Formats: sequence, structure tokens, C-alpha cells
Amino acid sequence: MAKMTLEELRNLRESKKKEMSQRDGNDKSAQIIIGMGTCGIAAGAKEAFDAFLDELNTREIMDTKITQTGCMGLCFSEPTVEVDVPGMPRVIYGNVDEKVARRIVKEHLIGKALVSDHIFDKPAADIIK
Amino acid sequence: MAYKNYILVCAGTACESSKGIALYKELEKELKAQGAETEAQLVKTGCFGFCEQGPIVKILPDETFYVKVGPQHAKQIVAEHIIKGRQVEELLYDKEQKGKSANEIGFYQKQKRIVLRNCGVINPEFIDEYIARDGYAALEKVMFEMTGDEVIEELCNAGLRGRGGAGFPTSLKWKFTKNIKADQKYIVCNADEGDPGAYMDRSTCEGDPHSVLEAMTIAGKTVGASQGYIYIRAEYPLAIERLNNAIDQSREYGLLGDNILGSDFSFDIELRLGAGAFVCGEETALIASIEGKRGMPIPRPPFPAVKGLWGKPTVINNVETWANIPMIILKGSSWFNRIGTESSKGTKVFALTGKINNSGLIEVPMGTTLREIIYDIGGGIANGKKFKAAQTGGPSGGVITEEFLDIPIDYESLQGIGSMMGSGGMIVMDEDDCMIDITKFYLEFTVDESCGKCAPCRIGGRTNYNILDKISKGQGTLEDLDQLKVLAQAMRKASLCGLGQTAPNPIMSTLNYFEDEYLAHINDKKCPAGKCKDLLSYTIIEDQCIGCTACARVCPVNCISGKVKEVHLIDQDQCIKCGQCFDKCNFDAILKG
Repeated sequence: MAKMTLEELRNLRESKKKEMSQRDGNDKSAQIIIGMGTCGIAAGAKEAFDAFLDELNTREIMDTKITQTGCMGLCFSEPTVEVDVPGMPRVIYGNVDEKVARRIVKEHLIGKALVSDHIFDKPAADIIK
Repeated sequence: MAYKNYILVCAGTACESSKGIALYKELEKELKAQGAETEAQLVKTGCFGFCEQGPIVKILPDETFYVKVGPQHAKQIVAEHIIKGRQVEELLYDKEQKGKSANEIGFYQKQKRIVLRNCGVINPEFIDEYIARDGYAALEKVMFEMTGDEVIEELCNAGLRGRGGAGFPTSLKWKFTKNIKADQKYIVCNADEGDPGAYMDRSTCEGDPHSVLEAMTIAGKTVGASQGYIYIRAEYPLAIERLNNAIDQSREYGLLGDNILGSDFSFDIELRLGAGAFVCGEETALIASIEGKRGMPIPRPPFPAVKGLWGKPTVINNVETWANIPMIILKGSSWFNRIGTESSKGTKVFALTGKINNSGLIEVPMGTTLREIIYDIGGGIANGKKFKAAQTGGPSGGVITEEFLDIPIDYESLQGIGSMMGSGGMIVMDEDDCMIDITKFYLEFTVDESCGKCAPCRIGGRTNYNILDKISKGQGTLEDLDQLKVLAQAMRKASLCGLGQTAPNPIMSTLNYFEDEYLAHINDKKCPAGKCKDLLSYTIIEDQCIGCTACARVCPVNCISGKVKEVHLIDQDQCIKCGQCFDKCNFDAILKG
């Protein structure tokens, strides 16, 4: 890059800030946890993951972090995704394909409404213990 | 391009020496081999500070903290964590911390990272990542929104004091230089870090080189200088490489060089490599060295702020001081001066080493107690031994004993108990360390590093060293102790520069707190810690020895004789007092004393 002016420096900073903020897990309030066990991956968890990333990026949602986890034991309804938004119940969604992933971002994260036809009840606490 | 994961690999010198680079290459290879190049971005970063457990790998955004990671683990990390999202449990620092993030580890909890804000976060080889973390925003502010006087006032209100050790207010130095009319002024960064065991400045230059460049440019704009020099020792190849790389990138972006950011302000920075002489950390000697002369100090005043490099007004600050400045400008003095104690604001970086569980690089607010540093952050004394003392200030400092564990650390409090802040080396000692031995070590260092220009330092240091040597061999007398004190006073008063003036500090400090240990060496001819070899002997207790031959087999000089199932004997003339037999014996049959 050639020598910059003040404005160019500021623009560069803004664009790089967005890139860097994806790394940072600290100041994010909401969380999407994708089950990426063998079962999840086989059922298409990677595609769902890509869809989530893409959706968060294009909508410039900065306060949500995506992490992966192992198999939650709900192999029959993979890919499973747990969504935790402050002020809303923690929800597990089953059979999350690319389309559902995009709906979750739109309806759950932005619209603050549950995507009801894909909710998989969280097993009672005494079972997962 | 968005990635799902970010793998941060420490590429500081400490981790590099334990195969950090091989690990990086292996991870790169594995990501490719397992088709996960688009899943995770591999980032080389600066020191995480947790060197004891290196090489360190941090995975974001889930903040997993892996320790002691070797190249052989790369395959597993990629296959398990990156592809399947499962933590590799055996590599976690605290096996209990499964699911916990790095910030929840005890080592980091009491720390506050201002100077090290970007170390272990950004890739120091890419200016863009520094810029993304508000890099060069402080320079913008100084160039387009503030006057020079406002910048100095901000530093003054912040209460920033020199982190090189003496604690002189930074704003005053700048003010002196700014107020002098001169055709040329200079900005110098003192990166000649010489204290044994200290590596704060090296890590800052390696992990966040742009913070130093930005701050120096700010100073250039403020006082009206157009040229800066970073004086760094040639023994720091990685830091030099990263600084040079950073300077190139800044020039390319127009953040260094002519007409910075399109303005009429021009400033450039060059490196000057030192040969590793301790005295060149003293500012007048450093300046002489940059000028191409032999690195010897000259009396002050005049101070460099008035008459420095090539006789021109020169602002000279230490690496850590520089790294603080962009944050103070950006966040304001009132943010900064809320951190710390009444007289010492902000944080201090320490290189925590010695007999401690978590040796590494730490940054704590001023006013943190030694107890918090050693027990909460450092994880206590290694091998369950007892704390004896901590040494701060390097060869110019002194020891802090158990009774002072709870005083809040700042410039004044450390001076009050006969030590000093110094540049930030902190060496922890346990019951096996002999104070005479330690003092001798520091004296040997200052004698070695004395430039020889003035007699008090050259002759006084050597004479004191000889006395200490005599005491450590059991040949000392009580008169020697008086002589030590007299010479120490003379050196303090009459030496030309800080090196000689402070060289007796380890003696005075240990004499003050551990006089009984000196007396034990002189009167009883004993070394209580069992460190001074001339006062030490190992003997076999006849009643306890069962003749297992374990000691004889481990002895490196074969001076233990005896048949199987018979009492063994150590030949005192041959014994080198290595203590291996003592450690090996399972029957407590060897007496140390």
C-alpha cells in the first residue's frame, strides 16, 4: 500500500477491527454452539457453521460468538446447535441445515423470537449430569 | 474471509527456544493436510507471559489455552479441536479448566495488561493487526487534535514515570526538550535491557513493536524532533527483526518518513545495535555508544533532555515507558492515574523468575503486593520449598524478605526497604539460596560490567567482591563486614554513574536483612543454605548406611568407595560437593553440613 492519508488510515482501522473482533470471545454476549462430533459433521454441521458465519458477517452482528463442541448425544437430530442469547432461554435446535441456520440468525438473534419448529428440548438436568 | 477458529501460537523468544517455530510449521502443514486451511487462521503472536508452560497455543474465539505444546501435538489439535470442536484435554493448562477460558486461569486473574495489551493477541509482523487494535489512533490525535503542551500536560496528569528503574517523571523530560530551541532534536528508545533475568523490554519489542514506534513518533511531534533511534542489544535478534520489519511497514504506510499522514511533520526511526555492555543502559553511556564512541558515562548535568545525542536536546525513555504512552493519549490521563498508588501510577511489567512455579512475564497494577505476585500469579515456590526472599532491581537492587510480602509495590515503598523497582526483573529465592552467594553473583556481574572510568566503581567493586569471596570460603573476619560497609558508602557517594552508585545495594540489603547468614559464614564457618561449597561437606552416617551402593553409582567423580552391604565412605579430597549422593540416598544416611 502506498502512503496513507488520515482518512485512509481510519478506514483501514475500521475494516480491520471487524476482522479482528471475530477472534475475540470476551466482549460477546450471545453464543452459538455447534455440535461438531462425527455425527454432526456427517449430518452437515460444517455447512450450518458456514451459514452462521456468513450470516453474522453480512448482517454485521458483532456481539455473537460461534464455538464448536463435541457430540451432545442427540445424534438422531444432528446437526444440533445451542443458542444462548441474554434475556432469552437457552435453546437447542435440531436438524439445523443451512436454511435453518440463516433463519436462526434472522429470527432468534435479531428478531428475539424462537424458531419454534426446530426446537429440541434440552434434556432434564438430572439426565445430562 | 471469515474463519471459524484462530490458532494463536506464541513466537516470543522463550517459546521459540522450546520449538515454537517447529510447532507453527507443523500446524500449518496439518491444516493443509487435513483440509482445514479455511477453517482456522494460524497467527504468530508475541509473548503470552506464561513462559514456564511454553510453547503456548491459544485458540479463539473459545479461549482455549494449551500449554507445553510440541510439534507432535499439531495433528491432534487440528483433528480434534479445529475439525471436531473437542478440546484436547491433555494439553489444557489446568485439566479442571475444561470449558473455561484463558482469562479464568489464576496466572492472568490479578494481572492488568496495558503495556502487554497486544502481546499474545496480535501478530507483531502485521501492522494491520496493530492498527485494528486502535494502533496509531493516538498518533492521529496528537497530530491533528492536540498541541504539544497538551500532550505534555496529559502525560503529567497521568503521572507516568520512567519504567527503566529510576522513576523520573516522563512529562518533565519531554518538557525540558520541548522548551529548548535547537535546529535538531532527537528521540531515543533505550532497549538495552541488561539486568540478569529480565526480559520485559525484549518481549514488548517482539510482541508489539509498533507501540514503541508510535510512541516515539508522538514524542517527535510533541518536542519537535525529526529523528529517532532505538538502541537495542545485538543479543536480541528476534526483537531486532520484528522492529525492523515494523519500521519498514510503517514507512510504507506513511506513518514514518516524510510528511506523515499527509501533514508537514516528518519523522523517522533507525535501530542502533549495542554490543551488550551493561553500562550502555545508562543514558549518557548509551548516547556515547550511538555516537560511535566507547560506551562510557559522563557526569550529569547537563541532562540528555538539554544536551544529549550529538550535543542536541534528546528525549530518552525506556521501552516500557514508550509502550504506555499511546494508551494514555487514547484513554486519557484520568483513566491511567486511577490505576496504581498515590505516587506511582499505572502498571509494571515484571519478569518473574527463579524458584517459582509459574515463571514468566507479568503485568500488575502498581500497589500489588509481593504476596499476590508470588502466590496468586506465580503459583508459589517451586518444589514446595520455603520462600526466603525476592530480588528486584537486578544488580542495582536488593532483596525483599518475608516480612515485607504485604507491602504494596511502588517506586517509593521498594526504595524504603532498601531495594528498588529497577527495570522489572524479579528473582524469587528459596531456603536453598545463600545470600552471600547471590550477592557475590551480582558483584561479579557489576565488576565485570564496570567500564573502569572512575576509581570508586572499578576498585571498590573489585575489593568488595574479593571480600565476599573470602567470606564464602570461610576465611572472612568481622572486620571484613565493616570494610564492606565503608567501601559501599564510598562507592555510593563517589561513583560517576548509576552503575557504581548502586552496585553496593545488594551488599547493603543482604547485610541488613541476613546479617546472621554473614555471621554464620564468618564465625561458625558454615553456610546455612548449603550453597557455599568450601563450607560444605557430605559424610556418610555409619549407622544408617546399608551399603546399597546407590550413592557410589551416582557419584560423577567416583569418590565413594565401599562394598555391597558394607558401610560406604566419601573421599573428602576428591568430593566436588555436587550433592547427587545426598539426593539419591533413600536411607537418610548422608549428612550435609
